[in-house]
Amino acid sequence: MFKLPAVTEPTHDPYDADRPLRLGCACGQGHDAPAACAAPGVALAAPDDERAAREYVEAALVKALFPSDAVRRRFLRAVGSGTARAAIASVLPVTALQAMAQEKRPPEKRELKLGFIAITCASPLIMADPLGFYKREGLDVSLMKTAGWALIRDKMINREHDASHFLSPMPLAMSMGLGSNQVPMRVASIQNTNGQAITLHVKHKDRRDPKTWKGFRFAVPFEYSMHNFLLRYYLAEHGVNPDTEVQIRVTPPPEMVANLRAGNIDGFLGPDPFNQRAVFDEVGFIHILSKEIWDGHPCCAFGLSEDFIRQNPNTYAALFRAVLTASNMASQPRDRELIARVISPAQYLNQPETVVTQVLTGKFADGLGGVKTVPDRANFDPVPWQSMAVWMLTQMKRWGYVKGDVDYRRIAEQVFLLTDAKKHMAEVGIRPPEGAYRKFRVMGREFDPAKPDEYLKGFSLHRMA
Amino acid sequence: MPASQNLRAALLSVLLLSVLLLTWQIATDLPSGEAGGAPAAMTPEQLEYAKLMGKDPGAQKPSGFPTPAQMAETVVKHLSDPFYDNGPNDKGIAIQLAHSLARVALGFLCACALAIPLGFAIGMSPLLYKALDPFIQVLKPISPLAWMPLALYTIKDSTASGVFVIFICSVWPMLINTAFGVASVRREWLNVAATLEVRPLRRAFRVILPAAAPTILTGMRISMGIAWLVIVAAEMLVGGTGIGYFVWNEWNNLSLTNVIFAIVVIGVVGMLLDLMFARLQRWVTYVE
Repeated sequence: MFKLPAVTEPTHDPYDADRPLRLGCACGQGHDAPAACAAPGVALAAPDDERAAREYVEAALVKALFPSDAVRRRFLRAVGSGTARAAIASVLPVTALQAMAQEKRPPEKRELKLGFIAITCASPLIMADPLGFYKREGLDVSLMKTAGWALIRDKMINREHDASHFLSPMPLAMSMGLGSNQVPMRVASIQNTNGQAITLHVKHKDRRDPKTWKGFRFAVPFEYSMHNFLLRYYLAEHGVNPDTEVQIRVTPPPEMVANLRAGNIDGFLGPDPFNQRAVFDEVGFIHILSKEIWDGHPCCAFGLSEDFIRQNPNTYAALFRAVLTASNMASQPRDRELIARVISPAQYLNQPETVVTQVLTGKFADGLGGVKTVPDRANFDPVPWQSMAVWMLTQMKRWGYVKGDVDYRRIAEQVFLLTDAKKHMAEVGIRPPEGAYRKFRVMGREFDPAKPDEYLKGFSLHRMA
Repeated sequence: MPASQNLRAALLSVLLLSVLLLTWQIATDLPSGEAGGAPAAMTPEQLEYAKLMGKDPGAQKPSGFPTPAQMAETVVKHLSDPFYDNGPNDKGIAIQLAHSLARVALGFLCACALAIPLGFAIGMSPLLYKALDPFIQVLKPISPLAWMPLALYTIKDSTASGVFVIFICSVWPMLINTAFGVASVRREWLNVAATLEVRPLRRAFRVILPAAAPTILTGMRISMGIAWLVIVAAEMLVGGTGIGYFVWNEWNNLSLTNVIFAIVVIGVVGMLLDLMFARLQRWVTYVE
């Protein structure tokens, strides 16, 4: 990030054919970039800040295109400044670069509505409100509790919510036009990793082998969810065909425990706190934690529409910083009890605090009479690895949600905003990791993001044509 | 004689209520015996497990069917602070009710604005009646929730969708009743009006409207009942605010006490709305 040039008069107009374009600093010491300026008092009046920054970026770009000022002037005289402006804007991401240069500028939109589902996955998004992280970034955020994932999708498409808690495969599906109109959605950061579980009805205490589960009815929160993909994966690895031998139905997470109690379903792979709530209410037990399927798997995401990012780059950056600050705090075990306390009340999760504490601290009753300690039962690593997106796409293809060839990398890189995440992580003081395509193992099977189609060929159970 | 019958009816109501409460008390009292018995012989692990399960002495589990005493406590708690506002997802019961009532009123007024003039037209013209009848018959029995996805998709606003669903469900009884009332105004009265050369507009307002008013109000009363049924379902689906959202939110928390409280509130408000229309109805009824 560079400091802004301290200029007053008609600043750097790169499209003026009659003036030389000099990117010198107003301190008059002749160095090139104002970032190098050490002169005191070279600060800009606030109202002009934004315009000046915009112009400076543009001027720098034009300067880079035409290192010789004489050539630039000749070019402008020949085509006219309007044409030149349009031509340059069409080849260079001027707007995006200007936005990047305007870091920590006042947000375009202060009052924001964020949608969330009342589950612990949304911890960072929720806790940022009572802990004041949004306010610190100058945002006035209203968290809107939403009744189900379909509604989360519709309210984002209708622009009732500015940004939202998502299941991480949802923005992929929405951007591809699966299960809705095609709307470009983006994953800014992952909300949480691990933190899910397979919960079974207490009457199945003695049927722990998945091979005996034929005919079971399971609930997952949404079709395009990690829950659906992980449950299918788990069943298939144990030789149970998830499409023909069991029933998988979509149920909003809050209604899972009520359905389990009523015997409508035999179990669910669902988000916490509802696994722990089923144990607390003595209707279910935790069969396995989702980390036993894939340790470090992503679950929910924090996402926005591409339009919103483009129209409100500063708001986007501010929101991003607030959520990352919260993620960073949530990922450290020492504050988990405090987090449980601030997110349990009625306006957020509306759950008994002890249930949420058990989920977040990883010291929990398993429903079978034992107390387990798994500190990373739930974690909050925010990095939106693009390899995770590729894995989700392979599973969408595996189970027939998407047909034909999939351009894995292009979609993953378009939707999972890893570069932005790394940049903002550095801003809030988290060390961003290297690379974009981390490898990982799912139930012992290695996933190489460079060879998704070969990975898919390794499965015997699938619904691919 | 009728006075003493009223008294006896009231006594019977009170008796029924106390039998209900007593059965409730007995039914919910039973399991409490097992909870107190165990702690003496528990190992530390068992104790910790019990604590994580929310069973340590003194702590009360929020779920399970409440006793009448717990119920009363909840009722008092809600009614003593009906206007609190803890952000967009946690508001007092009066605020929730106000949101629901406002939605119902808006949807209902829209329905009135369409159904009564249209019903008039249909009632006066047998041709129109026959032409529109198939549409009305098909659209009338559609469940409010079936409209919701369509409304959300086209209107692109969840609050407006809720109002739309109330509108679309409460419009039919009013339309049909208005048409029926207008069509069955007695021939003689219309003939008298014709003999006196009353202008059409004057005839509509001075002869037909008063004659059809009781039937129209019956339609409105049925519609209001339906609107109040629909709002709870719609708010459970769309969320945000309102008494339906309150029920849904407490269902998530598996808090039966609050759900029962909401059920009672919904019932009482529904009854009051119905009483209001019953009053109006009595006001326009005439004796031939």
